Amino acid sequence: MANTPISVTVDQVTYEDDVEPRTLLVQYLREQLGKTGTLIGCDTTNCGACTVHLDGQSVKSCTMFAVQADGHDVTTIEGLAQDGDLHPMQQAFHEKHALQCGFCTPGMIMQSIALLQENPNPTEQEVREGLEGNLCRCTGYQNIVAAVQAAAGAGSAAGTQSEEGAA
Amino acid sequence: MTQQLDTTEIGAARGRVDARAKVTGTAPYAYEHHVDQATYGHLVLSSIARGRVTAIDATEAFAQGGVHAVVTHENAHRLADVSDGELAVLQSDRVGFRGQIVAIVVAEDPETAREAARLVQVTYDEEPHESVLDADSPDLYAPDQVNPAFETDTDEGDVEAALAEAAFTVDAVYETPVQHNSPMEPHQTVATWDHHDGRDRLVLLDSTQGVHPVRQTLAPLFALDPQQVTVEAPFVGGGFGSKGMPHANVVAAAIAAKHSGGRPVKLPLTRQQTFTLGGHRTPTVQRVRLGADADGRLDATWHEVVEHTSRVKEFAEQTAVATRLMYDSPNRRTSHRLHALDVPVASWMRAPGEAPGSFALEVAMDELAVATGVDPVELRVRNDPASDPESGHPWSQRHLVECLREGAERFGWQTGVPPRSRREGRWLVGQGVASATYPLNVMPGNEAEVEALDGGRYAVRIGAVDIGTGARTILGQIAADALGCPVGAVELSIGDTSLPFATVAGGSAGTTSWGSAIVAAARALRDEHGASPAVGAVARGVQPENPDTEQYSIHSFGAHFVEAHVDAHTGEVRVPRMVSVFSAGRIINPTTARSQLLGGMVMGLSAALHEETVIDPSGRMPNHDLAQYHVASHADIGHLEAHWLDEVDEHANPMGSKGIGEIGIVGAAAAVANATFDATGVRVRSLPLTADKLGG
Ligand code: FES
Ligand code: FES
Repeated sequence: MANTPISVTVDQVTYEDDVEPRTLLVQYLREQLGKTGTLIGCDTTNCGACTVHLDGQSVKSCTMFAVQADGHDVTTIEGLAQDGDLHPMQQAFHEKHALQCGFCTPGMIMQSIALLQENPNPTEQEVREGLEGNLCRCTGYQNIVAAVQAAAGAGSAAGTQSEEGAA
Repeated sequence: MTQQLDTTEIGAARGRVDARAKVTGTAPYAYEHHVDQATYGHLVLSSIARGRVTAIDATEAFAQGGVHAVVTHENAHRLADVSDGELAVLQSDRVGFRGQIVAIVVAEDPETAREAARLVQVTYDEEPHESVLDADSPDLYAPDQVNPAFETDTDEGDVEAALAEAAFTVDAVYETPVQHNSPMEPHQTVATWDHHDGRDRLVLLDSTQGVHPVRQTLAPLFALDPQQVTVEAPFVGGGFGSKGMPHANVVAAAIAAKHSGGRPVKLPLTRQQTFTLGGHRTPTVQRVRLGADADGRLDATWHEVVEHTSRVKEFAEQTAVATRLMYDSPNRRTSHRLHALDVPVASWMRAPGEAPGSFALEVAMDELAVATGVDPVELRVRNDPASDPESGHPWSQRHLVECLREGAERFGWQTGVPPRSRREGRWLVGQGVASATYPLNVMPGNEAEVEALDGGRYAVRIGAVDIGTGARTILGQIAADALGCPVGAVELSIGDTSLPFATVAGGSAGTTSWGSAIVAAARALRDEHGASPAVGAVARGVQPENPDTEQYSIHSFGAHFVEAHVDAHTGEVRVPRMVSVFSAGRIINPTTARSQLLGGMVMGLSAALHEETVIDPSGRMPNHDLAQYHVASHADIGHLEAHWLDEVDEHANPMGSKGIGEIGIVGAAAAVANATFDATGVRVRSLPLTADKLGG
């Protein structure tokens, strides 16, 4: 299959590569660039594990071809922390215990950042609807909502329990 | 009574020690490990439910270029042991279910492997098959035992006579569908064959709940000593039972790596492939008959279960087992019957037995409450047994009544409100309750090693796996208290067969089984080397037998309270509120525990509202992906509370804990179903509670 040259910036590094037209962006990131922080949980654009930012907008990278990223700027979970300092959303997921196995976490964090860019101060319901396309099978979602609201500076979410101490 | 640890770290709400790796995308799951010279596998699955493969044409597949091998039953490496029908991958031309492995493509990159797999032409000789469970089939049979080793049938007293004399009876059939565990990480394996100490060695990176169980299962298949198989699973993206025992995909990866020219093979399952290869919960048809006196006191409990099993390998879910001890009923009968079908192999899914069984029993109890006019909470309190009705043993603790009382108060349970009497706009509003129980399971044989390091630090080693539960965090807390040191002084290593033997992360048994071994190793270090051991001093400990498990009936309990809203016009169900209270012994880490309990509750809620895998008459699972097999998403969940009683069960283990991985799901779907009845007056006896069943 004839390869296509692309130029794409990923996590602030520009790559000139030849890719097959059939290669999905998520596969390019993982197999060619070794950015395995972006994960694959399905084949049908349902789980959101593969979510990255393309020019600042969240996209499910299993639903794009690598060639479509030509000339664009991609940020993955691995490009969020700066000089070892976690992004506030990463910090919030850490502090609010918004993860268990962690497999949904990279995509969930990327989508949560995109959500706050559109709506800096979401209600609990707006968080739940904004993250509807990212599935988590472990946590029951509650702490994820709390993390997003904490990152938004909205304090602890209504309807969530504090993590401290036995109930 | 087991000797209890002095607790300092145990009970502290500690964050997850691996959280930073997980929020930065640097936690390597099996596939995410970099391996040099990797090749990529993709599976070809059967498109018939029963028959023989008569020909496989790989010409077009090879024409792709970059295809290293197409492994079929004709050329596959021969296994030394083909007694396990699920694991005898490519060892014959037989097809036993639709979606079984009939070929493996090994190629230079994932796209080529997948495309080549599509181009492999398989010809079949198809035979008649059966794939749909029929509870009235003349072919039903009684298995020798039900999972893992319970009696198939029990019969106490004279249940028929008691039913005939009962003031009130319930007699109804409840159904639960096929469900899929659906952890977010699909099953994946990286397999490599090399030489070590002059012998062949199989090296696996696997997405598994138990590295030693994978070694033990695979070694005989390949005629190896267990030592010739190494398995690593540093991070696992959930399992919920589906990775509790190695499935065919793991064997396929090891076989594929026999055909890759010595290079590693990365074999991920697609999400679709996990549906037929990763195990599922069997569907159940359950008839429950209850007989009670005028006050609602049970005199008869009869729970009959029919479920499917694969002809390829038997799995008998223990659906009625918890009914044997749940309520005080002098006359009790339970039974399990299987319908063997040409379907994929059923296996463990979170709380096998308790989860589907509690749906039937706890909805039946709600029906009894309606029949007798006794409040559903009070009915359960009234039937609480003083000792285990099945074994006759005393309970180590049974605090179900406390869970019910505390839950009712926290929830704001209303008594004496008739069904379909509350409404908020278009929503009919109802409340529902259900009880939960889960046994203390102990898996024997665990070992741990403790080594004194410099600076008062200790290395603690055990081959346990953290599939997302928090084991890596809480085993450190247990080790710290067992050694009498701060948690920061413990360097814990897990997830690797080079470490001492550990059993599976399953049956809510991990903390009890692994933790007891760590405590034994720490005590051995102190016995052998004193309070200030020399650097390099090592001790090993084996989990001791706990005689209390023979003398006491040791179970966790819980109570769920649900508020359901049902759209009066469409029948759509929403669950804005769920409050659950658990009695599970000492909670080792409130942070990780709450997450586990909430996760279990939400999985039960998801089962109530959405989850159903269809197996059609052709043997297909047509909704085999997350687009069509719905699991609860963010927007499905409302206000959730998980509470627990402040208690210690000193009969359970040195930590006083009982396991929390599964009890959250038990009874949860029944509580939702009972709440939808209260909202609508319509009794739905099959999951999921879709709009068509409640219809306006
Ligand atoms: S892998 Fe992209 S949405 Fe699931
Ligand atoms: S933490 Fe496991 S899927 Fe979200």
